[in-house]
Order: sequence, then structure tokens, then C-alpha cells
Amino acid sequence: MAIIIDSTSKVLVTGFTGRIGTFHTQEMIEHGTNVVGGVTPGKGGSTHLGLPVFNTVKGAVAETGADLVISFVPPPFAADSIMEAADAGIKTCVCIADGLPTQDMIRVKRYMRRYKEDKRMRLIGPNCAGVITPGQAFAGLMPPHIYAPGRVGIVSRSGTLGYEAASQMSERGIGVSSSIGIGGDPINGSSFKDIMELFEADDDTDAVVLVGEIGGPQEAEAAEYIRDHMTKPVAAYIAGLSAPKGRRMGHAGAIVQAFGESAQEKVDILKQAGVTIVPTPSSFGDVIEKMVA
Amino acid sequence: MDIHEYQAKDLLKRFGVAVPRGGIAYSPEQAVYRASELSGEAWVVKAQIHSGARGKAGGVKLCRSEQEIADAAQWMLGRRLVTHQTGLQGKLVNRLYIEEATDIDQEIYLGFVMDRKLERVVVVASAQGGMEIEEISEEQPDSIIRSVVDPAVGMQAFQAREIAFSLGLEPKVIAQAAKTIMGCYKMMSDLDASMVEINPLVVTGSGEIVALDAKVSFDPNALFRHPDISELRDKSQEDTRETYAADRGLNYIGLDGKIGCIVNGAGLAMATLDMIKMAGGEPANFLDVGGGASPERVLKSFKAVLNDKNVEAILVNIFAGINRCDWIAEGVVLAVKELNLDMPLVVRMSGTNVEEGRKVLAESGLNIETAASLAEAAEKVVSAWKATGQPKLAEAS
Repeated sequence: MAIIIDSTSKVLVTGFTGRIGTFHTQEMIEHGTNVVGGVTPGKGGSTHLGLPVFNTVKGAVAETGADLVISFVPPPFAADSIMEAADAGIKTCVCIADGLPTQDMIRVKRYMRRYKEDKRMRLIGPNCAGVITPGQAFAGLMPPHIYAPGRVGIVSRSGTLGYEAASQMSERGIGVSSSIGIGGDPINGSSFKDIMELFEADDDTDAVVLVGEIGGPQEAEAAEYIRDHMTKPVAAYIAGLSAPKGRRMGHAGAIVQAFGESAQEKVDILKQAGVTIVPTPSSFGDVIEKMVA
Repeated sequence: MDIHEYQAKDLLKRFGVAVPRGGIAYSPEQAVYRASELSGEAWVVKAQIHSGARGKAGGVKLCRSEQEIADAAQWMLGRRLVTHQTGLQGKLVNRLYIEEATDIDQEIYLGFVMDRKLERVVVVASAQGGMEIEEISEEQPDSIIRSVVDPAVGMQAFQAREIAFSLGLEPKVIAQAAKTIMGCYKMMSDLDASMVEINPLVVTGSGEIVALDAKVSFDPNALFRHPDISELRDKSQEDTRETYAADRGLNYIGLDGKIGCIVNGAGLAMATLDMIKMAGGEPANFLDVGGGASPERVLKSFKAVLNDKNVEAILVNIFAGINRCDWIAEGVVLAVKELNLDMPLVVRMSGTNVEEGRKVLAESGLNIETAASLAEAAEKVVSAWKATGQPKLAEAS
């Protein structure tokens, strides 16, 4: 059944009728995703791409039973769209927007804690490529044709590096159970550890690839979880070995500010936790092939 | 986005934080005039650059006469000050802040940061002010006080009082210290600052709490709701290559090497720099061309990369998801022709429309080297660059 998204997920698109929302929703539908409708405030009652448009997420959930929201809402309004989804009882929200103010994210995360753990929405992103279970469904920006269905999970901050991993695996006939982009922001919804827990518990996943980068404590946190709780093999690549300290490398979160946040330190920490290191972005295929052999 | 000390103090004042009186000067004459406006017997001339540790670089001077002020101003203006935060090129001093001297009884460190693990604002304070926080945490780790702000309600007065008492301040200054701490937090929260650092915050001889220095950075993602803060940007403090690229909507960071890079995606761009380094080269820049890049945007990226005169070879690395390799290839051909590119160029493309993209490059008749993988591309660009570099080295010697 893979993780987070599958063929039974009922996907609702917020920021539905905009240019970007329209383009990616078409792709998602073409690749078999069960998109049940979209939300654009003020356009409720109309149809777009042959699907119903709603004014509010609550209204959409009542009509369609949607359980996964993908938000293409632009950064200034993205926090609001995430909280609206959380309040409407959505199970998972994938937020694509790149450029959310950090304080908005702090508020979003605090707001989500209003709900008890079993009712709390899972947030993926923001500033991420989305989620895919190859052969079943996807919610995001990724080119689905590069992923083959299979039994290796991918969790990546970067979109394009996740694509590198998936396509090198496909070339060697290794498929993906699910691939999750957690995004490049300093404060994000789900951490590496959160996704590792899901892969560890997933019967359709045999091994996991972690694609991290400089900045923040999440790779080290994942390493601790892998060492103490993970039974499945894990491979990891960390980008930014040559990044100078204190410079923000494209992603808002990719900046070395404290001990343990440089690429080399993260590589060392993961290695000590028993993780197989992918030394270069061109060796995902080789390393993973050996690991799952 | 960073701002100058005098701008930070101006903002802090609006949030109830006391700062010394002062004025801005662009020439030695103005500096002397500002001091005469302030009256008193001693003044501090402070170079306004986007960096801490200015004192050690000669950018802060206590003066006791008009002549001393004029001399200090003369020395600082037009100079590039180098600190451990500026890089080797240093930062240009083109404005000074002239402040009344303060009678210091006690120095405190006060900082507000976004903690990525806690996902909250954390207040950091220490009675060992004047030293940098890195030094304090190494030499006096027990002196550091931390307080976490709950974003649901913001900072509460009791937290500010607790910090003030923990710093060991005299009872008579507690109220003003707490007001200062609350003011800093409110500024951070209202204006979307990502960092506020008052070092030192001082207790004066007459028992006043005054922010003697101030360093404030803003979250660039939140500037859309603070147009007045955006106006405080000082381009003279930025890397000129980065200003050029940012003004054209490109995500670019200048580095010190010779091999220019054009990549899509921040992670892949970082990985590309790593690969160039592993292949024995040094990258000149980080550049993320973004998603859905048009040929014109690729041309713009080439211009930004070539704006750095140190660039001697270029690597283009694209893994197209929402990009299209044929558009990228058209952009590469356009750039080579329009800019008369005469240096090694290696293009690696993968993903959406890759066959069409390769066809565009092949049919252009231009001498563009291609590679199938990132590793191969990095090897090729470094060896092509070395092949051109050796004759130049020979000439130089």
C-alpha cells in the first residue's frame, strides 16, 4: 500500500484554477491520480478540467470525501491554505509553494497541534516536489515517467536530486515504493524521521534512500532513529560538501549555522548510524543496486 | 536581508528600546557637524557595514576632539573593512554613524533567533556581553540563558522579567530591561525579522538600559508585506555579481572558482558544485535556473555567469521535470551565438524532452560538448578547463 498516497487517495487541489495548479492537475489526472475537485474561493459551483470547484475546503470535503490536499496557493497565502486544510479534517496536505515566511510556518505548525495526534493532519513541504507512489498516483511537480514501481522508498529535500536517484534506479530496473519530497525550507511539515517511520512500518518498502543537504538538524535526528529503530537498510546522499559556511545555497534552509549542519558532519553522523553513504550524485544507482541485491 | 546598525537602532527605538543619540555622515565634515549637534565631550565614529566584529577591523573609534573625529572618518570612508564575516574582499564603508559616547557599567548579550529544532523563536542572553556569542558559548557556556517563545501567545512579560533577573541585574533596572526585551521581540515578530542581536546591551552609569550595537536581519520571504523594510536594502554591501543576478530574478551565489554553473534545482546545483570540486576544479557560482525555464531565461543565466570575469569554463546541468530539455538547448544555442562564447562549455541534460534537446544542440553546428551523467559532465568540464588554463599559466610565468 506504499505510504501517504495511493490509488485510493481522494485528491483535492487548492489554488486549482491558476496556471500552475491547472497544468500540474492535468498531469496528475493523466497519470491515474484520483483528483476529486478543487478549491478557488469565489469560483465555487463552476467546473474546471471537468471537475467541481468549491469555495472552501470544508465544502469540498463534505461533497467529495477528499482526504489529501495539494496546495498550489502562492507563498503569501499558502499558510492560510494549509491551516484551512487542517481544519477541514484533511489527512495529508502537500504544499508546493517556495517562499513562505518563516513566521508563517511557525504559526502553521503551532496551529496543527490544536488537533489530537490521531486527528492531526500530516503536512509535506512546503517548497517541495510532492509525493508519488509510482503506478498508482502522485501529487506534485515530478515527471512521473522516471519512476518505476518497486520496493525502495525515497525521501528527499531537493526535487531534482530525488529525480536523479529515481532515474538511476529505473535504469537498473530498481523500482520505487513511494518517493516523498519534504522540501528545502528551514521549518517544514514532515521531517526525514517522520517519513522514515512510515517507510519502516510499510510492508511494500524493503529499503530507503535519504537525500539530504547542508543546514538544520533533521538528518542527524533521522540518523538517531535509523540507528535505534530501523530494521530496513538505508542509503544516504548529502549535498553541499563544497558549500561555504553561512551562505544560503538556494533553499531557504540550506545554510550551515551550527555544529553538525555541514555536509561532512552529516555524512559522518549517518555513517556512524550504519547508513550506506552514496558518495556522489552519480552513484545512486550503483550503491542502491548493491544494497538491495 | 541585512540592514545597517543605524537603521536597526531607528527601528528599535520605535519599539521602545533606548539607543544612544546619533546621526549619519557621508564625509569627515558631516561627521564633525553631527558630533557638534550631539554636544558632549566624547563621541564614537562607527563604520556602517553589513558585518559584526567591526571594532577589531578598525571600524569603531572613540574620539575626544573634532580633529580625532575628522581623522577617523577620513580613514574609514571609502575603505573596505575585512572581518571574519565579510570574506577577503571586505565591505565598503560609505556611511558613518556618529554617536554620543556611553558611560558603561555592565555589558549584556541579547539575541533572538529562529530555532529550527524547536520551530520557535528563542531568546538567548548572557551577562558576558561584548564577546561574540560563539566565544561566550565556548568560554562561559553556563552564563547563557535561553527562553522559548510560544507562538500561540507570543512573548510574555514574565519571561522577559525572568531573563532580566537571571542576568543578575539590579532591581531598579529590571522594569526597563524587561521592556527592552519585549520591545525587541515585538519588532522581530511584527517586522518578520529572522534575527535580532543586541551586543552589547548596556547598563549605564546612571542606571539606564541602552542598546549600544544592533544587528538585525529580515526574512527575505516576508519582505512582500514590509515595503518600508525592503527600502533599507543597501546594494553597496552585496556581492556585485549577486546584485546583478538578483535584479534579473535569478537565484545566484558568487563563489571564488573559475567554472561557471547553470543548474535547475537548488539541491542539484549544490551537488553539481560538489562534483566539480571532486573532479579537481573550483566552482565560480551557484545558479538555480528554476522550473519551466525559457530559452531567454537560460540566456539571462549565461549573462549572469559571465558577468564574473574569472569564469573560464561553463557547465550546464539540467534534470528536467517541469523544465523542457529542448527549451534549455535552444537557450544554450542562443547564448553561445549572442554572447560569442569562446570558452569550454559542457551540457548535460536528462528528463523531459531530452532527445529533442540533444537534437537542437547537434543541429546547431556549434562546438558544444555533451555528457550523459553529472559525473561525466564534471570530469569533462574540468579537463577542458585545465587544457585552456595551462597555456595561460605558462604565459604568466
